[in-house]
Amino acid sequence: MKIDHTQPLEYSTQQNQLNIFGFWIFLGAEIMLFATLFTAYFIMENRTGNGPTGPEIFEIGPVLFETFILLTSSFTIGLAVHAMRIGRKKAMLAFLGVTLLLGVAFLSAEINEFVHYYHVGATYQTSGFTAALLTTLGTHGGHVTLGFFWGVCILIQVMKDGINARTANKSFIFSLYWHFLDVVWIFIFSFIYLKGLM
Amino acid sequence: MEFFERFAVPNPNPAIYASMVAIVVVSLAIIIGLTYFKKWGYLWREWLTTVDHKKIGMMYLISALLMLFRGGVDALMLRAQLSMPDNKLLDPQHYNEVFSTHGIVMIIFMAMPFIFAFMNLIVPLQIGARDVAFPRLNAISFWLFAAGAMLFNISFVIGGSPDAGWTSYFPLAGTEFSESVGTNYYMIAIQISGIGSLMTGINMITTILKMRAPGMTLMKMPMFTWASFMACVIIIFAFPVLTIALLMGTTDRLFATNFFTTTNGGMDMLWANFFWVWGHPEVYILILPAFGIYSEVISTFSGRNLYGYKSMVGSMVIISLLSFLVWTHHFFTMGQGALTNSIFSISTMAIAVPTGVKIFNWLLTMWKGKIRFTVPMLYSVGFIPLFTIGGVTGVMLAMSAADYQYHNTMFLVAHFHNTIIPGVVFAMLAGLTYYWPKMFGFMLNERIGKWGFWFLSIGFVLAFFPMYITGLNGQARRMYTYSEATGFGPLNFVAFIGAGLMAIAFCLIVYNIFYSIKHSPRNVGDDPWNARSLEWATHNPVPEYNFARTPHVASSEAFWDAKKHGHELFKGEIEEIHMPNYSGVPFIMGVIFFICGFSFVFSLWIPAIVSLIGIFACMVLRSFEKDDGRLISVEEIKATESKFESAEEIKTAVSTYGGANS
Ligand code: HEM
Ligand SMILES: [Cu+2]
Repeated sequence: MKIDHTQPLEYSTQQNQLNIFGFWIFLGAEIMLFATLFTAYFIMENRTGNGPTGPEIFEIGPVLFETFILLTSSFTIGLAVHAMRIGRKKAMLAFLGVTLLLGVAFLSAEINEFVHYYHVGATYQTSGFTAALLTTLGTHGGHVTLGFFWGVCILIQVMKDGINARTANKSFIFSLYWHFLDVVWIFIFSFIYLKGLM
Repeated sequence: MEFFERFAVPNPNPAIYASMVAIVVVSLAIIIGLTYFKKWGYLWREWLTTVDHKKIGMMYLISALLMLFRGGVDALMLRAQLSMPDNKLLDPQHYNEVFSTHGIVMIIFMAMPFIFAFMNLIVPLQIGARDVAFPRLNAISFWLFAAGAMLFNISFVIGGSPDAGWTSYFPLAGTEFSESVGTNYYMIAIQISGIGSLMTGINMITTILKMRAPGMTLMKMPMFTWASFMACVIIIFAFPVLTIALLMGTTDRLFATNFFTTTNGGMDMLWANFFWVWGHPEVYILILPAFGIYSEVISTFSGRNLYGYKSMVGSMVIISLLSFLVWTHHFFTMGQGALTNSIFSISTMAIAVPTGVKIFNWLLTMWKGKIRFTVPMLYSVGFIPLFTIGGVTGVMLAMSAADYQYHNTMFLVAHFHNTIIPGVVFAMLAGLTYYWPKMFGFMLNERIGKWGFWFLSIGFVLAFFPMYITGLNGQARRMYTYSEATGFGPLNFVAFIGAGLMAIAFCLIVYNIFYSIKHSPRNVGDDPWNARSLEWATHNPVPEYNFARTPHVASSEAFWDAKKHGHELFKGEIEEIHMPNYSGVPFIMGVIFFICGFSFVFSLWIPAIVSLIGIFACMVLRSFEKDDGRLISVEEIKATESKFESAEEIKTAVSTYGGANS
């Protein structure tokens, strides 16, 4: 591995640069994935059959909580990358850990939300609307869950090996992923919840 | 016993039982053969664990040929059934199953791996790279494809084949009208191989944008690389749509959701839209690399550089954009308004313009060229008029008002075969012949190859042109029979004969492979075709590191420049080369994906969850793995290179082969 010291650590080998670039392309595909889900949701929004409608089941409180948590976690992962860049391993681990904990908090809130929907009669099978809603939220939530486990793997590796070209690259890519999930959530928040509540 | 009943085929017949026996016998033969010849270790070390783009390409190639035969047998059954009025060879249910699997196998499991084969084999060589950007991911892509293909292909002996058409429109494909697990296979097998395709798309884009040889700017890339690049861009935008559509179809079938149902707010047309938002770009994913191969072949065998390089690139970019704006032309008759239909009519017809530009460019490349009619060139020359007919009938179909007459008839079937066979299949066969020496170091026999070409072309015309006529006269597609009184009988019989000739052609092509393995002279040298672009600047067969020294490039025809204009391709000393390590994990992941898919098909939740955990375990393992690859030493490279050089000397002494070098 040739290491180029003029670049930030996460870009310092050719493979590292390829990894980051490839991941951006992957995020492009992810955008299409979520765009498709949103399209389906907009089409299904009012196709509620005999089931409840959006305004009947959405609750602003938990949603605001989830939004707040996820936005904060986007901030902390940013701090983690910053700490990584200035070589502060402990700080980096702490921020990464906080990010993952916030991820767990988000997920538990979301699971709570799903249980709530179940109790008010909006199950996966109820209508076109509920299917589209839960699939969109579920795909995002699934991404967060995956991200959590991925983040744990990276945390352990940074703990063991410190900050080097490999771990820096992984952490940076992970941060891209996490920010991306945050952006998707902002769309979910605006175009599913706020629009539904208005 | 009850547990096992679900695996039974719902509509068995003797042919299916015979296939079961055949599958068991062949599998046993393979296992015994491998054990007897002690080839397990070789298979595992050299192939199952490989991350080498060339070997992965070859595995795609072999899979594509196998699937071509599977799909071909389906096709023969269909044509045989239709060869006479009121024929009773297949009953309606079997006819449904056969045309559904034929379509899916041909598009997803034959054409796709065929183009991936050439992308893998040729793109890194054309840009002077050591491998693709993510060799390990590349292997995963292949094994996902293989898992999907295997899963799909066992459907007809375990649980039943899909029978709702390759388009699988809902509500027909819902559990109400398609009770058997067949459509589950459709949803899950295509999902698995689709993820593989998406990964390949990401891999190739990164490779092409980031790993080109010094001096190769975007506008100096060989045309096949450009074509592959655009196809991969389409993949990135189109495949996620399919992923979601299949996910929704799967949950509709397995968890009784209401995406595509006709009750509780479901919307069946959503499937049709999603399917074609992927489906139309998909046909361009197939055709663009095919265009790329034609560009390489035509310029090589006309002895001229490609005419209109910039307009070739431009037209591909426009085609890629337009390919996303035409999807509703597949259901003009399904209830949008006149305005929508008109808009999509026009956008569809617009695609003919850039396509026409390309046709003229190829013609002008040949103009005043010194044409050599080798097998690849024959396919390319045959492609131009035949494909143009397919394009013209496409424009006919694109007129939405007229489409009410053509839609769902044999006319449509003739159209798309007319584009896909001369377009994609001919290109793949041209590429197969052209790049064979690149892969294996010897040529395919020209004479048998030409027989293959003529059988295929004549067979094609006989098989599909009659369908234009019967289609216009009203013969519906996907109908298992017709009555004597319709008068469709004679033309359908002609089509049957045509299908037979095509079958002979494919057998000839495979026979040619075996014949040439035995009889073709080895040591054809590095440049058997007098070619032009960079992939020919290394040895045949290509050493694992591709190029001993990184090539320096100044035009899209670097190799030609080096031969004729004294361009210096390789500068400097040989240095040690960094290569990725082989790994068994991609193969194992493929196996687990197969098990996982199978469990989902039959709603076996415990194995499904266990195998999902297995997949994640593989990913975690990968995360913790520290694999920096290995280095090939300078001595080793020099030793390999000198072997090739001495072979090259023998070859110039012995004289050349088959007129290819005239
Ligand atoms: C000039 C270019 C083309 C035009 C204007 C065109 C137009 C059309 C139209 C309007 C249809 C739908 C007809 C109907 O359902 O009634 C159609 C179907 C189809 N086309 Fe094309 N096409 C073109 C090129 C191609 C190419 C290059 C390919 C493949 C490589 C292709 C593959 C197909 C397939 C597979 C279908 C049928 C799908 C099905 O319903 O099962 N077409 N085309
Ligand atoms: Cu189309």
